[in-house]
Amino acid sequence: MTMRPQSVTRDWLRRGSVIAVLVAGGLLGAPGRGVAQEKSAPVSNDPVLEEKTRQVASELRCPVCQGNSLQDSPSELAQEMKGVVRDQLASGKTPEQVKQYFIDKYGEWILLEPKATGFNLVVYLLPLAMVGVGGVVIWRAVKKWTAAPEGMEGGG
Amino acid sequence: MNWKRAAAASIVAVPIVVLLGYGMTRDPKEIPSPLPGREAPPFSLAVFAEGHGIQHRATGDSIRLADHRGEVVVLNFWASWCLACRDEHSTLSMVAESYAPKGVKFYGVLYNDVPENGTRWIAEMGGQSYPSVQDPRTRTAIDYGLYGVPETFFIGRDGRVAYKHVGPVTATVLASKLDSLLALPAPPGMHPAADSVKSVTVPTTGE
Repeated sequence: MTMRPQSVTRDWLRRGSVIAVLVAGGLLGAPGRGVAQEKSAPVSNDPVLEEKTRQVASELRCPVCQGNSLQDSPSELAQEMKGVVRDQLASGKTPEQVKQYFIDKYGEWILLEPKATGFNLVVYLLPLAMVGVGGVVIWRAVKKWTAAPEGMEGGG
Repeated sequence: MNWKRAAAASIVAVPIVVLLGYGMTRDPKEIPSPLPGREAPPFSLAVFAEGHGIQHRATGDSIRLADHRGEVVVLNFWASWCLACRDEHSTLSMVAESYAPKGVKFYGVLYNDVPENGTRWIAEMGGQSYPSVQDPRTRTAIDYGLYGVPETFFIGRDGRVAYKHVGPVTATVLASKLDSLLALPAPPGMHPAADSVKSVTVPTTGE
């Protein structure tokens, strides 16, 4: 037996309304989140501003979670700080100026990626140096093994 | 031949071990604040807990840092959900009371909390001698580079943050910091503002 197109549509409408009721119920059933959302900075309707906010917030560290960025942290402080990022960008500040504001308040620690200057250069250059040194060691070892293969038997 | 290899390995390994060893001595939770020595961020916040005696400020009064030029100000960020804030509360309240006649202004700044909870907490703790203000959307807290509560900021007569204390503050720390700040004269042009002088009812003989 096949269903008539009209009854299929009606069935989907019924399912859709059930899902809508469940979603609405779920939203109403989480008053804590609702209140927190209302309290924190409202999300802008401007997609460009939101994207810029997301980018800057991804580069700043959450002071509470420390390992997370403002973008990824669920803590209220991080959400409020993200609100500050959004407000400052909306007021015409550049991403660099916004980051500088947070550096002035929290120190360079607030940047998830340290600036590539001074002692911080160690973080950037040491891995490269280690890869270089490792490459030389491997290259020399391989050269030695291939030069005298009979002498290296069982030597691994 | 072998000692050459050992020397080469040491040249690579020793700095790494030293670097890791240095990292072990540091507390990753301890965030250095760049604020001490800098101009204290200005604020204007509304009172929700009045305090008493000469420190009394009416509910709804706006507390502005700009009105405290030339005065020593202590800002204590706290919350009703903060357990460590319970440890320092009575000390802060007592020290604030004893330093009020010397012109030191104490303010509690409610962090990430609602005034109703704050008022209830203060009543539960037996009152608070100094006023507390609310900080909507934690803007002032972020301006002060806060990352938790309690944190206490000491602002000198020059309007600069002199010291930041993380965690419950003790009477000894409060007294030593306040005494050293009070010993410093207000820089020229930083004398207490007229209205904040009026609010302190210390008997004066006049000229």
